[in-house]
Formats: sequence, C-alpha cells, structure tokens
Amino acid sequence: MTPARWLALLPFLGILVGTAFVNQVEPLVFGLPFVLAWIVGWVIAGAAIMAIVYALDPANAGREDSAR
Amino acid sequence: MNIALAIIALSAIVALALGIGARRGLRMTLEQWTVAGRAFGTPLVFLLSAGEIYTTFTFLGGSGYAYGKGAPAYYILAYGTLAYILSYWLLPPIWRYARQERLVSQSHFFTHKYDSPWLGILVAVVGVVALVPYLVLQFKGLGIIVAVASYGAISPTVAIWIGAVTVTVYVMVSGMQGAAWNAVVKDVLILAIVVFLGIYLPVHYYGGYGEMFHAIDAAKPGFLTFKPSGQSILWFQSTVALTALGFYMWPHAFAALFTARHESSFRRNAIVLPLYQLILLFVFFCGFAAILQVPGLAGPDIDLSLFKLAIRTFDPWFVGVIGAAGVLTALVPGSLILLSAATLIANDLVRPLSPGLSEDAVALIARSLVPALALVAVFFTLQGGQTIVALLLMGYAFVTQLFPAVVCSLMARNPMTKQGAAAGIVAGAAVVAYVTLKGSSFTDLVPFLPAQANDINIGFAALIVNVVAAAAVSLVTRPAAAVVSRSA
Repeated sequence: MTPARWLALLPFLGILVGTAFVNQVEPLVFGLPFVLAWIVGWVIAGAAIMAIVYALDPANAGREDSAR
Repeated sequence: MNIALAIIALSAIVALALGIGARRGLRMTLEQWTVAGRAFGTPLVFLLSAGEIYTTFTFLGGSGYAYGKGAPAYYILAYGTLAYILSYWLLPPIWRYARQERLVSQSHFFTHKYDSPWLGILVAVVGVVALVPYLVLQFKGLGIIVAVASYGAISPTVAIWIGAVTVTVYVMVSGMQGAAWNAVVKDVLILAIVVFLGIYLPVHYYGGYGEMFHAIDAAKPGFLTFKPSGQSILWFQSTVALTALGFYMWPHAFAALFTARHESSFRRNAIVLPLYQLILLFVFFCGFAAILQVPGLAGPDIDLSLFKLAIRTFDPWFVGVIGAAGVLTALVPGSLILLSAATLIANDLVRPLSPGLSEDAVALIARSLVPALALVAVFFTLQGGQTIVALLLMGYAFVTQLFPAVVCSLMARNPMTKQGAAAGIVAGAAVVAYVTLKGSSFTDLVPFLPAQANDINIGFAALIVNVVAAAAVSLVTRPAAAVVSRSA
C-alpha cells in the first residue's frame, strides 16, 4: 500500500466526470472526435498509471513466479 | 456450399479438434473440467479474461452499436479500463480466499463468506438469470455470421441451431482446457482481422479517419457526441459505472479467476489489459465506416452492419476468414458461459438442495445440463428483438447487484450481514426485472424524480436501491455485540 495507489483514482475522474465537459466533435484528435479521443487518452493513461502502481507496490517485490 | 461457408465450417472443426486434443490425458474431475486444476499462468489467465471481452459482443455488437447509435458505443471502450484498475485490488483477495477454501464457483464464495447456503443459492439463481441473455447474444452472433456469410442460403433460424449445436458439442467434450486453447487461436485471429478492417475500411471508403468522421458529422449532426437526453452523458456515466463494477461479477468471469496459478497474474494483467482494450477502437471504425456505405439497417439489424459492409467490400473467401474469426469469438465465450451456467446449476443449486450426491453424480448432472441450457438459449434467441449490446446490458444490470456484497465480504470486518446481502440482491434484481419485463421506466417506480433520471442506466439505479436495502437490513440484523463499531 503506497501513496501511488491514489493515482488510480484519476482515470475514474477523467472518464466518469471529465467526459461531461468534453462532449464535442471538434477539434478532431488524430482524426477522432474529441470526446472519443478523450476516452482513448484515459485508457492509455490508465495502463501507464497501473504500471507505476505495480512498480511501487511492495506486494510485487521479488516475485517472478512465471515466465514473463 | 460457397467458399465463405466452407472456411467458416473448417474453423469450427479445427476449434473442436483443439478442444478434444486439450482433453486427452487429463482425468475430468469437476475441478479439472471447470477450473482446469487451477494451473494457468499469467499468459493464459490474460487470454481467458481478455477472451471474455473479445466476444461476438464487441465484434458484431460493438460495431453495430457504433453504426446504429454513435457516441453511446464509446462506453464499451471506457468500462474495461476502470474494471481492470479495480481488479488490481479486488481480485487477489478473492483468489486467495478461493484457493484456501478450494472453491470452484462464485456461489461457493458467497456460501463460505456469509456462512449461508441459502445466500449461495440466491447468488446462483441471479447468476443463471444474468447468463442467459449473455448466452443468447453469442448464439445470435453465430446466427448472424453463418446466415450472412452463406449469402442467404442458410436461414437465420437454421444458422442459430448450427451454432448452438457446435457450442454444445465443444463444451461437452473439452470443458475449460478447450476454452483456453481456443482463446489463444481466437485472439490472434481476431486481433489481426479487426485491426486490418479498422484501418482498411475507413481509408478505402473515405481516405482516412478525419475525413470519415467529418463526413459522418456532416450527414448526421450530433451522432458522434452524447445527446442532451436519452443516451446522454448521464447515461454514459451510469452505464460505465455499472459495467465496470459488474465486470468480474459474472459467474464465468469469477470462476475464470480461479484458474490462475498465482495472484500476481492479476496485478500484472491490470497493466496490459487496458491497452488491449484499444482494439475496440478498430471495431468502432468498422461500424462508423458502414454508416454511409450500407445505410438503412435499423433495430436489431444494426448488428449486421460489419458483415454487410464486408460482403460489399471483399471477395467471398475473405468474408469466410472474417466469418471464421467471428465464429470463434462466439464459440469460445459461448462455451465458457454455457459451462459456467451448467456448473452453477449442478454444483450450486442441485447439490445444496440434495446433499449426499457423489462428485461423479454432480459432474454428470453438470454435463447433461449443457444441452438443456443451450436449448433454452436457442428458444430466447429465436424470439429476437434485442440488439446484442442491449442483451449484454440486461445481463449486467442483474449481475452487478452482487458487487456490494462481494466488496463488503472482503473487508476485515464485514459490515453486511447475510440477511442484508440477500435483501440488497433481491431488491436490486427485482427493480431490474420489473423495469425490464414491464418495459417501464425508473421514474414510474420513483415518481418524485426529475425526468432526466430516466437517462440513468436502470441497472445502476437498481444498484442504489440494492445498497440502501442492504444497509438497512444489515443494521437491523447485526448481532448486538458488533453494533459498537458501526463503520458501515
């Protein structure tokens, strides 16, 4: 249990609350409607945040039980 | 038989062969059959939990929803990510408890945690009720693929029967090991095909993504954003919340957790699985590309959009390859669901109600329930009328009602009593059943709410009723000694 786990709240805020403020098509981002690009951004950020949480979580220290 | 159908039939036969091959050399005890002896490492657990998502629901349902509804389809991309983040903390304690108590089902989990066989039975009933629409949507997907790929030679009804028989045979011969190996084949195939289609179709028909979305926005203003009412932002928020919480509450997803060899599998997967979700984007692109190319599909027919566009675009042999991938996306999850439902009834309804049955007898009952359940699902599939996404959301509305009781049971001091858990589940499921069967809205039940409240996903509204009921009953039924530390 580290303070980093609070980072995991960000995707919830971004997707569940933030989407309400970006409900628009323009400007397109990488060709996607803005609101869709916003959600995609949070999916990627979610993975990055979980990688940080994983790296800092003492529960995962020194545990290489299977080939990966 | 045309070349498309021949390729699809061949893929189904290969899937069956893989399933039979996986079974060889293992004695099929109930534990072996359902949780594969708890011996899967990270990659297979990854594929099973991911394979659970890349079902015909995403392949046909996701593209169909993008085609027919537009922005509301975005919810499908959002909820998985939040569910995976939750899974990092939610799954390891569930897995530890399940291994320690040698549990093979979700219902067992409730029975043991709350020390109440009746609660286990209630959970099994909710699970079976929720699984039926999920199974129906897989059969529906199989029917669409076979019927459309036959270019009309096979009627949708016959196609659904063919699909149901294939899934049934597959489950009866192989159980979970078969599901796992086909999940590997399926995921590689579906990944390649969806990414190819999601790039090729927009570029071929529009010249690029920006051009495609501009064209859609011009032809159907407001289609690419959430509407002010109906499937509004509020609908999106409540639907994402409902489905993210319910994600691992499906009896089959819950039981699939038990196949892991080590709990760290879950934590590792929580990093990779959100990225794997991005494949959904390409599924959406297929549906969006179809909007202006094969217009006019409405109602449940929106689920046909991907295949209609594929037939317009490609030679029959390639339609066959797409169909083969589609068949696997229905076969693998369909078999998992069928297997779970059968095990659920045999192990968690029949066994507690008639104690003294031998292990072999229960396994036999589970196996013979497979064709019976498939028949029930075929019956509902032939009734028709619902889109694939609507079917899944109906299942979610039921199954998410189990979430509060699971989370509370993982706390060091469970604030929920068994009576409270039961009251919450019954109240929540009753609200969903009432609204679904009567076709009424939430404000009919609670008239003092503003009309905007009707945008809230009914499953989420029921979840609120559930929590209130569980808290109230838990307070009343709590043992006197525990009242001192009131921390619910």
